[in-house]
Amino acid sequence: MRGSTTSNPAEGTYLRGDETTVKILVAGPFSVGKTTFIGTMSQIRPLKTEEVMTAASTAVDDLRGRPDKHETTVALDFGRLSLNDKLVLYLFGAPGQERFFPILSHLAHGALGALVLVDTRHLAQSYPVMGVVEQLGLSYAIAVNQFPDSPPYTADELRAAMDLPADAPLVFCDARDQPSSKQALIRLVSYLLTLLPESTP
Amino acid sequence: MTASRRTRGPGLVGLHVVTGGRYEPSRNHFDFVTSVCLANPGLERTGLTPEQRRVLELCQPGALSVAEVGAYLELPLSVLRILLADLMERGHITTNGKFYAVQTADRQLLEAVLEGLHNL
Ligand SMILES: Nc1nc2c(ncn2[C@@H]2O[C@H](COP(=O)(O)OP(=O)(O)OP(=O)(O)O)[C@@H](O)[C@H]2O)c(=O)[nH]1
Ligand SMILES: [Mg+2]
Repeated sequence: MRGSTTSNPAEGTYLRGDETTVKILVAGPFSVGKTTFIGTMSQIRPLKTEEVMTAASTAVDDLRGRPDKHETTVALDFGRLSLNDKLVLYLFGAPGQERFFPILSHLAHGALGALVLVDTRHLAQSYPVMGVVEQLGLSYAIAVNQFPDSPPYTADELRAAMDLPADAPLVFCDARDQPSSKQALIRLVSYLLTLLPESTP
Repeated sequence: MTASRRTRGPGLVGLHVVTGGRYEPSRNHFDFVTSVCLANPGLERTGLTPEQRRVLELCQPGALSVAEVGAYLELPLSVLRILLADLMERGHITTNGKFYAVQTADRQLLEAVLEGLHNL
């Protein structure tokens, strides 16, 4: 069972409370491997939390003068890693649908960046996700998950198709494999460091 | 090869329509990763809702993030934030002082994250 709910926290789940907590979004289209990636990297049993969004719908309703409010619930799975004694990283699976934008925008607030998972068998499905992540203002790296029947595109071909900025990392990654997934995160964070203004110590 | 993103790009059309839908968590200062712990375990718990008591019981052994509390108690975060804000006002809980997680990551923090990842 992945990302199941309740039952009590296991031994070692509790924090002291004074740790710095940071988050990275693991974004991607349906079934690309987000949950797998989080499960591979997490040191706690992956969990699932719900966020409810109340959205006033389209302009059509506004014209009628009675904005139609409706609720959308999004389940977000997440995992946790202790990076050192004082620093805890949370990885949140972010469904890429544009209609979840308000929730994603809340989740993205204060996030370090995003890893966008891509399945090259359905490359175009990643474009809206990349658009959303860009719109959220998050810097991101692309992690290409390889499936047995993935077409053998080169990194350059993929970059061109995705219209990736030259400096944005693109890594091939197996979300089931810890060293490979870890490397994708390392590439992302290294990239985030290069985006900072030069420090003047 | 599939069509390129920019030429294909259905992407952002309509996004403003989505963001036009307002999203207002009632207590939006509890971030997903804000950690919550008991401020005063001995404090009288009368007047609290059953859910609020469950939050305090869950956090008895130590701190957990808002997202973790929501997951263990199966409470939507929009609801949980309101409960937490009230618990905070009543002096039952405290947070790691980051209502929001870091706004702009500084070099020191990112370097620590990177080093931590390398050491995994
Ligand atoms: N070969 C291969 N299979 C993978 C990889 N990542 C995930 N899978 C498989 O792909 C399937 C879908 O993975 P999930 O992790 O559930 O994908 P998801 O993005 O969480 O899916 P949704 O939450 O439904 O959108 C599972 O059967 C995984 O085992 C990968 O990197 N390589
Ligand atoms: Mg999933």
